[in-house]
Amino acid sequence: MSAKQSLSSLILGALFGSGLLISGMIHPQKVQNFLDVAGSWDPSLSLVMGGALLISAIAFPLILKRREPLFAHKFHVPSAKNIDAKLVVGSALFGIGWGLGGFCPGPAIVGLVSGSSASLLFVVSMLLGMALHRTYHDLRSPPT
Amino acid sequence: MHHFTPISALIGGLLIGVAASLMLLLKGRIAGISGIIGGLLHPSAGDASWRALFLIGMMTAPLGYLLWTGRLPEITSDVSNRTLIVSGLLVGFGTRLGSGCTSGHGVCGMARRSPRSLVATLTFILSGALAVFVSRHLIGVTP
Repeated sequence: MSAKQSLSSLILGALFGSGLLISGMIHPQKVQNFLDVAGSWDPSLSLVMGGALLISAIAFPLILKRREPLFAHKFHVPSAKNIDAKLVVGSALFGIGWGLGGFCPGPAIVGLVSGSSASLLFVVSMLLGMALHRTYHDLRSPPT
Repeated sequence: MHHFTPISALIGGLLIGVAASLMLLLKGRIAGISGIIGGLLHPSAGDASWRALFLIGMMTAPLGYLLWTGRLPEITSDVSNRTLIVSGLLVGFGTRLGSGCTSGHGVCGMARRSPRSLVATLTFILSGALAVFVSRHLIGVTP
């Protein structure tokens, strides 16, 4: 990978991580308060998604009109179109875990560097969950 | 309402939107964190380093905070270790099965007007709210 590729990956990660940190999403209790409509509701996180979409919903369609990205030869955009049980069940399981712990993948990764033991325990369990999915996936459709 | 922080939430959200858009413009990649991590667990040739570097970049954000404020951000959780483990397993398994999380579906997929991502986002917000309602108000797992 070229220096341009490596450096841009690092900088984009730093920008994304800074956004998560500044937004407050790295705090699990704030996430849970956002989801706690019947209790201590904190609507802040709707502004995180709103702010992100304000930029990306305008930029994405314009960018995808290009023939190729600036530093690569093709766009890697998901091609699946069907709304199936995997999508809904997977998202439902994710949501339950998100609500119970207050962590989703990005903020948990950023939180690792705060020295929070909760972030570490969550991330290790999340990696295990991803590995379990891989095993489950391979059992259902063995790699050829 | 509890500790409403609209300005920092909006600024953080705008930054996330800029980062996700630049990711697509420069690299043609979707800034979906569960997908980026998942791809690292079973990497294919030439596909691992951008993922690792992006995640390392994310982890430099608290160091920027440290330089700015003189301390690391403090993350507190009142959830038991057992619940954290269960939630981690669910998030890991669920995001892979459902092909995305808050960033991949909630930001990037919604920005592409993907019906799949709209369904996924509504599903995880609703099930997340339900999980908080049950754990906080029915069982009382967390205060």
